[in-house]
Amino acid sequence: MCLAIPGEIVEFVPDRPGLAKVEVSGVRRAVNIGLLEGEGLAAGDWVLIHVGFALSRIDEAEAKATLTMLEGIGAAYDEEIDALRESRID
Amino acid sequence: MTIREEQVLERIERARGRRARLRDDTIVLAHGSGGKATRTLIDAVFREAFANPVLDRMDDSARFSVNGADLAFTTDSYVVSPLFFPGGDIGDLAVNGTVNDLAVAGATPLHLSAGFILEEGFPVESLRHITESMRAAAEAAGVDIVTGDTKVVERGKADGCYISTAGVGVVTDPPSGAVRPGDAVLVTGPIGEHGVTIMLARGELDLEADLASDTAPLGCLLAELRDACPGAVRRMRDATRGGVATVLNEIASDAGLAIAVDEGAVPVRPAVRGACELLGIDPMYVACEGRAVVVVAPESEAAALAALRAHPLGAGAAVIAHVKDDPSGLVLLKTAFGGTRIVDLLVGDPLPRIC
Amino acid sequence: MRFVDEYRDAEKAHHLAASIAALCEPGRQYKFMEVCGGHTHTIYKHGIEDYLPEAVSLVHGPGCPVCVMPMGRVDDAIHIASQPNVIMTSFGDMMRVPGGNGSFFDAKAAGADIRMVYSPLDALKIAERNPERRVVFMGIGFETTAPSTAMTVLRAKAAGITNFSVFCNHVTILPAIKAILDSPDLRLDGFLGPGHVSTVIGCRPYEFITRDYRKPLVVAGFEPLDILQSVHMLLAQLAEGRSEVENQYGRVVPWDGNTRALQVINETMEPRPYFEWRGLGFISHSALRMKDAYADFDAERIFDIPGGRVADPKACQCGEVLKGVLKPWECKVFGTACTPETPIGTCMVSSEGACAAYYNFGRFTRERVKEATR
Repeated sequence: MCLAIPGEIVEFVPDRPGLAKVEVSGVRRAVNIGLLEGEGLAAGDWVLIHVGFALSRIDEAEAKATLTMLEGIGAAYDEEIDALRESRID
Repeated sequence: MTIREEQVLERIERARGRRARLRDDTIVLAHGSGGKATRTLIDAVFREAFANPVLDRMDDSARFSVNGADLAFTTDSYVVSPLFFPGGDIGDLAVNGTVNDLAVAGATPLHLSAGFILEEGFPVESLRHITESMRAAAEAAGVDIVTGDTKVVERGKADGCYISTAGVGVVTDPPSGAVRPGDAVLVTGPIGEHGVTIMLARGELDLEADLASDTAPLGCLLAELRDACPGAVRRMRDATRGGVATVLNEIASDAGLAIAVDEGAVPVRPAVRGACELLGIDPMYVACEGRAVVVVAPESEAAALAALRAHPLGAGAAVIAHVKDDPSGLVLLKTAFGGTRIVDLLVGDPLPRIC
Repeated sequence: MRFVDEYRDAEKAHHLAASIAALCEPGRQYKFMEVCGGHTHTIYKHGIEDYLPEAVSLVHGPGCPVCVMPMGRVDDAIHIASQPNVIMTSFGDMMRVPGGNGSFFDAKAAGADIRMVYSPLDALKIAERNPERRVVFMGIGFETTAPSTAMTVLRAKAAGITNFSVFCNHVTILPAIKAILDSPDLRLDGFLGPGHVSTVIGCRPYEFITRDYRKPLVVAGFEPLDILQSVHMLLAQLAEGRSEVENQYGRVVPWDGNTRALQVINETMEPRPYFEWRGLGFISHSALRMKDAYADFDAERIFDIPGGRVADPKACQCGEVLKGVLKPWECKVFGTACTPETPIGTCMVSSEGACAAYYNFGRFTRERVKEATR
């Protein structure tokens, strides 16, 4: 359920306070930002878009943390493999 | 996988290969999508009524001989909305689409016909605009529009202007038709631009992007390809309605072979991808109007790619798939993520989805 | 594409896959339910199951709003669409969903004015441009989509637009999960939580699952690495004997959800006493209807709907598939009588329904598929 994808706020629509122009890979659409009232959105922020509404502001620090964790899982496994190899040599 | 699952799946695979029965009592939009529903309608109604050996080959063009001359003959109707869009208009499509159906049969187009169905109240200025596009497109493709027809229907009975064109050409260098395991499958440029451009141009989605239709005549490009690898071109199709996925399915099914696509190799422009991600549709099913899918012998893969890329209309060409012997009639996809899946025919048009 | 491509990295996937396999206890089988149809779609679209060991299987849950739409409601919607002067507006998803008497596409072919929209705001725009017509928006979807419908109704009210109404079929996910947890034949080891629903409701509402039913739940994102990482987190919880709500999708999902979105839902809508889910039957408090204060925007009150109930076909085993008791291919009619062209049951209807996804993207003859794409 619920197809939603990240887009970058490129500008605010001047006389329509509830709207922002959002860009997804070169495609632009005016998106309603009423559900993120009081979040202090600015151009350059990334939001999650669903049926023409911004539903959530994307947290860059969390995004980085997830990727670091993913890399960590890989690295941990590398160490495991290395440990296994060493134990075999012994 | 358990033996029972395997058995169930084998049974389904057999069922999948069977021609579907037409169950609808009325025509629905899906019958015009180019997918399974179209195929079912054609088989159950048109082929049923018109069956003959030339038609039964079910190619982009019919081929037959007249007094020793090998001819290709095709027809196509254009009902695009809006009539004018970035990169072209209904007039360009009406010429290029028919010329391309001839070109992929290995034919040099000679003459076109053009039938117009006009709605009462349609501006003559717009009609002039369309016919000027047709003149320019015909000139670019090296054909003349030599006969035509005009009908006017009452306001509300049509959407401005519909065009039907037919074309005849001389077959000079037909593809061999013998697709074999190991063959390379190429696409002549980035996919889905026409379909996405039209969706955006309708304005209902309120999406904007710097995109233009890919409509173009492919005769010259495909001639360069044939010259670069003589005798090695097995099959050519233009990927219109139903997109590249549909054409690949038809090639696989005709040949009784499998086609394995490398998703990462399929050229898609960022804006096409962006629009598809937003709308939840797969660019593989989105129409092109100036892209061909070609199958060439394995040893000609590099030469074919180089020849296509050397031409302005083929600059974005890529090898996207290879032919395999099993499983017969299926198109498979190695996803960019490294997984695998099947690329089936759609029932109707790809629909924007929210979930 | 930022926040998308970096979560589709095949190399990281190989590492994760190895790590997932290492977490599996030898001889143990794991069954995780992805509640959300969007996850089902991602799993098939990217071929994620190829990265999972045989010991881990994913069960496709009830989180596809068009799949669970009972046929009677589709008939009601078509009835509304067929009234004089009505323009019915709908997301593309609903167009092919069969009721007892055909789909929106069939009704359109029969003369009803049914238009596809991308956003409920587009439906409102159609109402503004056609003041002489009655424009109805077919509201479908879970908590992710309900706020958009609510915002649109609020806007219609503020702008004094009187020819716009909503046929409200919004459903809520928690009662459906509870119904599945309470079914006697359940055998699940954990849940991938619906990421986009959670942007609205947050992560706390799932705590009853981990506390009362002792099943771990990881709120998961929609890119392939999100899914693999979430499976990894579930396995880690099981290995450590934990049963907690964890949030893999922190970049999008705040722990407490979106208060404003919940507020607009509560302003305009209230839970129905019960609602029928196709394949699952009646579930109490599992759907939303318009509040009395918004009766003027409630198509259910404006139009006299038949409200009939159409029983699911007998041969259909969608309920079992939705609960994870049966795999799609284990259903009696899967792939033979029930196909995407002629769907009998709910799971074959939408491309993200478990059966349609299984049929179209095929895990079938997986070894041969892998062999051919090598």
